[in-house]
Amino acid sequence: MGPIGEDQFFFLMQGLKWTVLLAIVGFIGGGIFGILIALLRTSKNKVARTITAGYIGVFQGTPLLMQLFVVYYGVALLGIDVNAWIAVAVAFTLHASAFLGEIWRGSIEAVPKGQTEAANALGLHYVSRMKDVILPQALKISMPATIGFLVQLTKGTSLAAIVGFIELTRAGQIISNQTYRPLLVFGIVGAIYFIICWPLSHAGSGLEKRMAKAAR
Amino acid sequence: MRYTFDFGAVLDRAPELLWGSLGTLGLALAGMLLALVIGILGVVARSSKSEITRAAVIVFVEVVRNTPFLVQIFFIYFALPLMGIRLNPTVTAIIALGINGGAYAIEIIRGGIESVSRGQIEAGFALGLHKADVFRLIVLKPALRAIYPSLTSQFIMLTLTTSVCTSIAAYELTSAAQRIESDTFRSFEVYFTVTAIYLVISSLMMGLFALISRHYFNYPTR
Repeated sequence: MGPIGEDQFFFLMQGLKWTVLLAIVGFIGGGIFGILIALLRTSKNKVARTITAGYIGVFQGTPLLMQLFVVYYGVALLGIDVNAWIAVAVAFTLHASAFLGEIWRGSIEAVPKGQTEAANALGLHYVSRMKDVILPQALKISMPATIGFLVQLTKGTSLAAIVGFIELTRAGQIISNQTYRPLLVFGIVGAIYFIICWPLSHAGSGLEKRMAKAAR
Repeated sequence: MRYTFDFGAVLDRAPELLWGSLGTLGLALAGMLLALVIGILGVVARSSKSEITRAAVIVFVEVVRNTPFLVQIFFIYFALPLMGIRLNPTVTAIIALGINGGAYAIEIIRGGIESVSRGQIEAGFALGLHKADVFRLIVLKPALRAIYPSLTSQFIMLTLTTSVCTSIAAYELTSAAQRIESDTFRSFEVYFTVTAIYLVISSLMMGLFALISRHYFNYPTR
């Protein structure tokens, strides 16, 4: 058995940096494409609605690990010389865009119909109606679920370890193999995830409770 | 660069994929049952008189829900042998899935029971129903109906999560895929095919759950 010293801890922190970066990139990238998907999913165009429904269905109906593998090897087939980091980031972006798109579709539809009618009566066109009337209200409704998904995504980045990307969990595996102290190492790794995810979870459920009370 | 797809190499291994799929279904089913048991026991413990028991359940739920399944399964995989328990990877995976799903089930079931209002239970007694009937008809059935959508979607998520069990070499679809990949080097084709199989599995489950719901919970609320 080897000791868990400064070097090991530094290596874990290096891994943590990639975990946080992956989660942030996935969330921002997923957010940008997700809003597009939510808008198409709630549009008047039937083809757009069907395609986005299929897109969401595929990502919600398959394991995140498989999505990582398919994108990872799929990107390689395109003949572009990509490093693991880009391939994994693309996979998380696609994954997040489907889930956020579905969450935001729900919140757009939860905005009372009268709001759309009033915006129409005021002569607002589509862009202004969405940007100034519907989306700000939908954003507020979606907050608890959006934060909940951010927690899911952060935990999900651990699967990049199976593809071989060195983030927090993979760093933990490597140190565990070096030191033969799996319980201590995975205990620490788990604690680090907990420190990141727990405050987010609490913020999300607190917000949900407050909004439920306000709605009553 | 031109790449020629060769799904034939993957389809040659169809029997392995079929057995892997059955392994996945078995893992999922066993994991769900264990999750349900843990969920029910957890809800009972959560309303216990002992403050320590209640706190323990809350800590369990929070820890499981705020750490990745992959870290949990590694932890359990290494922790069990230290406790003198030697199990094969597939059984270890079932335990990990049950613990993970159980934590979510506790929260879902608790919400369902809390949704049954006190007044309805009192009304049941006032109508002269037996305690068992009040529980079965007034508490259990509406509570089941209330938790059914979230519980079943949690079950589907659990089924998809079984793919992570490949990390400890449990017997299921993803590990079959990895074996085929290392033999054929047809990475994209293998994972594309297996992803499609998962989509079929989860769609079938969704359909089945909807069918059950239409049969058992098809009565008016008001």
